[in-house]
Amino acid sequence: MATTAINTPNSAAIYWKEAKYEFLRSLRLRAYTFSVIGFPVMFYILFGLLINRGENLGSVNVSTYLLATYGTFGIMGASLFGTAGALAAERGLGWLQVKRASPMPPLAYFAAKIIKGVIFSIVVVLCLLALGIVFGNAHISFMTAVRLLLTLAAGSLPFCAMGLAIGYFAGPNSAPAVINMIYLPISFCSGLWIPFMFLPKFLQTIAHFLPSYHISQIALGVVGAGRNEPNWIHWVALCAFTALCVGVALYGERRDEGKLYG
Amino acid sequence: MIAEIQQAQRVETVKHSHQKSGVAARLQGASKNYENVRALDNVDFDVRTGELIALLGPNGAGKTTTVKLFLGLASPDSGVVSVFGGNPKSPQTRMRSGAMLQVAKVPETMRVREHIDLFRSYYPQPLPTQEIFAIAGLKDIQNRLFGDLSGGQRQRVLFALALCGDPDLIFLDEPTVGMDVEARRALWEQIRKLVARGKTVLLTTHYLEEADALADRIVVINKGKIIAEGTPAEIKKKTSGQMIRCISSLHIETVRAIPGVLEVKSDRESFEIRTAAAEPVLRELLIRDSTLRGVEVTNAGLEEAFLALTAENHKNL
Repeated sequence: MATTAINTPNSAAIYWKEAKYEFLRSLRLRAYTFSVIGFPVMFYILFGLLINRGENLGSVNVSTYLLATYGTFGIMGASLFGTAGALAAERGLGWLQVKRASPMPPLAYFAAKIIKGVIFSIVVVLCLLALGIVFGNAHISFMTAVRLLLTLAAGSLPFCAMGLAIGYFAGPNSAPAVINMIYLPISFCSGLWIPFMFLPKFLQTIAHFLPSYHISQIALGVVGAGRNEPNWIHWVALCAFTALCVGVALYGERRDEGKLYG
Repeated sequence: MIAEIQQAQRVETVKHSHQKSGVAARLQGASKNYENVRALDNVDFDVRTGELIALLGPNGAGKTTTVKLFLGLASPDSGVVSVFGGNPKSPQTRMRSGAMLQVAKVPETMRVREHIDLFRSYYPQPLPTQEIFAIAGLKDIQNRLFGDLSGGQRQRVLFALALCGDPDLIFLDEPTVGMDVEARRALWEQIRKLVARGKTVLLTTHYLEEADALADRIVVINKGKIIAEGTPAEIKKKTSGQMIRCISSLHIETVRAIPGVLEVKSDRESFEIRTAAAEPVLRELLIRDSTLRGVEVTNAGLEEAFLALTAENHKNL
């Protein structure tokens, strides 16, 4: 191992550059930046600030409650579009092959997509926090804001995994449609648009099987609006979901090996 | 000064021919199926160290599949693929090879120099950035986003990516597709320089002209099988022939009877005559038909060449 080390490129440098350029590339992609930051921000301004008549949802006011739910909605979009969209296009249109023919460590490629998803998730949540605190009446302490941010940043990981799984099975052009077909319904069913308590009973039951429900409940718990379910159940559910998605992505990767595209 | 250059060239040539004894990459009995298509059918061939070998064939012949096997992007269903005597999928092998592949879409919101910077980081001893820019002609467009480049410029960036690691073995899959004549010739020049520096190059193309201009050796492949192999001169000899197109009132049987005519097709008065050499046949035609007009002589295109080669292949069987 020691002898080969001399001839091996610096892998920390590879991971850094891969992530840096993946981030820059996406930042310059207006379709991605505007939609993943713009939609949650727009929804929050509309429902959290403009149509807000100061009533409470459970024990907290609307601006605070919606920080957790639109925060969840935001990290889902940033993670899913950041991973699935890019992966589907790059593997479907030949670019991934060019990279795989090089000695790039494959993990660096996936790590870059995930890091980017997490960073954009953090940016979305920061935007919402700023809006809620400055323009709304979100009464949360600095520590609560930090906890919410960290929770949602961690919560973006299951969706990055889900995005990689989708990216391996969606076509380069159909990926955005596939993401929307999953992303929008599960957001609705998890109470991210209409607060959970107003959803019909059967949707509330379905919600328990959705990752978006579990992360939103942890986030609501942070701002003091959680339902009385223990947090560990949510985390276990999210970990199991992440493992499932990683498994599907790995299966997709192996399936790709023997296939010709382009 | 000139003597010095000549001396250097002589040394280069000696080194060059010496290196040709080794094998850089090898396919042994390699077959590959994609669903119902047999992309490669029991193919054997060697890429010798220091040579520029052209894999010539029409679309769907198995050229890209061969390159993918060498790059470890696909595994053969049967047979063995080795590069530098080892597994093409190992990182050690990949550090010594570079590839220019056909890509439908490259990330467009990255700058040219960023693409190069990233690819250089994958290799232990990358080529200096300025040298890469110089070879691929990217100096003036290094700050441009990939999405703003023209087709030829994009090809040059992909070519540059293949060189980032200063590899010993370079695969170029249809490198001049979408390039105009001038850009194509400029790239040929760079490819020649790579070989002069002792690199081994495998190039795929469907242009006989390109293979002829560059290669030490041409392997002609069709429907997953190697149908001919040799120096450009040998291959051209096998595929030589000319096509005469003209308008004539002669009967098709009269034309067919002219010595030297290999094949005749006619549609009313317009004729397509395939022949080994056009001049004697033309002379006969003009003698027999004073109203002959619309004469056009072309060298047999690759399509005709492949027909000739495959026909020959059947005869040999």
